[in-house]
Amino acid sequence: MRVNRLTAIGAVVLLVAACSSSSTTPTPAATSAAGTPGATSAATTAPSVAAATTITEWDYQSADPQMTQWQKVLDECTASTGITIKRQAIPRDELINKVLLAAQQKQLPNVLRIDNPDLQQVADTGALAPLTDYGVDLSGLYQNLIDAGTYKGKVYGIAPGINGMALFYNKDMFTAAGLKPPTTWAEVTSDAKALTKSGVYGMAFSAPATEEGSWQFEPWLWGAGGDLSKLDSPQAVQALQFWTDLVKSGYTSKSVVQWTQGDVESQFEAGKVAMEQNGVWNLSALEKSKINFGIVPIPQPNGGAAPGPMGGEVLTIPVNPDAAASAAAGKVVNCLLSDKEMAEWATLQAYIPSRQSVAAQAAAADPNMASFVTAAAAERSRTGPPANLGPNYSKVSQPLWTAIQAALSGAKSPQDALTAAQQAASAALAGS
Amino acid sequence: MTRVVEGGAAAKAAVPPSKQSRGLPRWRRERIAGLLFLLPALVYVLAFYAYPIAFNVLMSLEKYTLKTFVTGEAPFIGLDNFKHLVNNPEFWPAVVNTVWFTVGSLFFQFTLGLLIALFYQHKFPLNSILRALILVPWLAPVLVSGAIWVRLFDQDTGVINFAIHSLGYQGQISWLTDPHLSLISVLIANIWIGIPFNMVILYGGLQAIPRVLYEAASIDGASAWQRFRYITWPLLRPVSTVVLLLGLVYTLKVFDVIMSITRGGPADTSQTLNTWAYSLAFTNGFDFGLGAVAGDILLVIVFAFGMLYLRYAYRELRETAS
Repeated sequence: MRVNRLTAIGAVVLLVAACSSSSTTPTPAATSAAGTPGATSAATTAPSVAAATTITEWDYQSADPQMTQWQKVLDECTASTGITIKRQAIPRDELINKVLLAAQQKQLPNVLRIDNPDLQQVADTGALAPLTDYGVDLSGLYQNLIDAGTYKGKVYGIAPGINGMALFYNKDMFTAAGLKPPTTWAEVTSDAKALTKSGVYGMAFSAPATEEGSWQFEPWLWGAGGDLSKLDSPQAVQALQFWTDLVKSGYTSKSVVQWTQGDVESQFEAGKVAMEQNGVWNLSALEKSKINFGIVPIPQPNGGAAPGPMGGEVLTIPVNPDAAASAAAGKVVNCLLSDKEMAEWATLQAYIPSRQSVAAQAAAADPNMASFVTAAAAERSRTGPPANLGPNYSKVSQPLWTAIQAALSGAKSPQDALTAAQQAASAALAGS
Repeated sequence: MTRVVEGGAAAKAAVPPSKQSRGLPRWRRERIAGLLFLLPALVYVLAFYAYPIAFNVLMSLEKYTLKTFVTGEAPFIGLDNFKHLVNNPEFWPAVVNTVWFTVGSLFFQFTLGLLIALFYQHKFPLNSILRALILVPWLAPVLVSGAIWVRLFDQDTGVINFAIHSLGYQGQISWLTDPHLSLISVLIANIWIGIPFNMVILYGGLQAIPRVLYEAASIDGASAWQRFRYITWPLLRPVSTVVLLLGLVYTLKVFDVIMSITRGGPADTSQTLNTWAYSLAFTNGFDFGLGAVAGDILLVIVFAFGMLYLRYAYRELRETAS
């Protein structure tokens, strides 16, 4: 039924596109040179004048403060490169549909910003151009970021900043209970148990039926020594059993199967959970809040920091017949990846700058950020090694989040849920 | 498409001149005029119904993925998508959920809607104001209602659990996160949304039943139940049938209620064919062919009941005519 609607929309868009392309015949250069710079920059694409180019950019930072923060660096890059950037901020759920329709009509933007685990899938369709073709500078970037952006030996997407997760804990609650932040799984459980009381859960994480669920589970899966290539391994079962026990014992709310990371953060800021697993991007809001919080790495079962998945949205340059626009897109991407813009945006957004030298400066400036920067180098690309799922990541991620939901809600045991997940993943991979 | 329209315009312009009209026999002119009147409807149906449906059926026979959008290539794979879909372990649970969701919604929406409609037959103060208030669930945007239901159902802070607590039950009911309850929860919300529609139409039907029948029955000593059983129920049957058939189609297409309350979760326990089709095509793996097959199945069901309705409506028409 939805598919019908998509094709119907496609047909309508096609008609509109056909009409508009015929009606926007380039206006004579004389009129645009006459003055009113605001009007001309919006109306003409000026194919004849190679120097001043306008490019289009799409991203999913459609809510503030992220929307304004990203606009700020885009504006600065317009100022430094002289390239006008026509931006569209599209809500995340809608972006992929819009991209698909645009791909069908060869109307993709010049710069497209997408979530890093989706990159391989989009690159696999042939819609993207290698960034190195347009002179994008990849020096000094985190290797896991380059892994995530590499498809068949070429880099198609790079993010100006990356993110990761840790355990945020409420210092006041821990002090009052005379507890130390956890360094092992057993301590996570015992701390959560001690801190759970009426109206307060000891621990919270996010496990909705979306990529967020898999993303939040991966540090525990990898920490236990499991891997995405075998979802029903004893290590994977151990990790899911650990989460399930937290929920079953009542130290973690059953509602986590519904909570997004934003919901978890609200619970933590409202003092309704003593400990939360969440991302670095919450730092700027938390530092302004009244919560007295601390940060520890997500532990491995017997201690030591677990490797987490690398997060972040990558900049890509879709294939475009207009070579001048793509070259301009390359310049803009380079500007966004420059030390100055990277540092500024990462600070605004509370992301880890993608260039290690810039990240080191950010760590020196903010001790909370420092613990995330330390963890960043060990983060893994979800599509990269060791499982190397590439464009097939979603075929494993989807059965995984379903299994997590089944175990946490009590529909299946962790073992049964993961056995079914591996079967579903194998079937999906075989069908591809 | 454009050519047809142009041809139509040309023919229209060609008809009025008297020379030509003299040349054409009267029956032919009428036939052409008839076709012209038919044209807008025909174009509309072809462009907005036949084409998308045909495209959907075609898509379900193809390997239509993310790649197709870029390359335009969708290899024909025959019935492979059907096999994959039916063999998917989530298929039968989704079918069973769809059946329960539809049957449950229809039964309770109709029964409660009818009871409320009967209640409003009585004259009492504020009748019309209260009747207007009953429409609120129908008028409120479903996404807003969904967001509110999520809060009502919340196991820790929800009003529903609070009410149950104050009645003396001490356990915590996980409305949205218990795999055995999630479907019931979305069902409750959907029943609430559907009652006004049933109530309004049935109320209209009840108003159309002549009062004199009830008066005559009362004089003959018929009880309230007998009056309902032998007057209201049979005379309301045409309206009931319409309400139920329309309700069936509405319920089969329900998507937003489930998406905004449980997103089909936890672990697909409140997934219906409709929401599942969406997730197959748009959220996991982008297999539009598989999603289209699920769409086909719904299409066949809706089509079958649509035909049933038409046949029924036709029969009613003939009965009233004779």
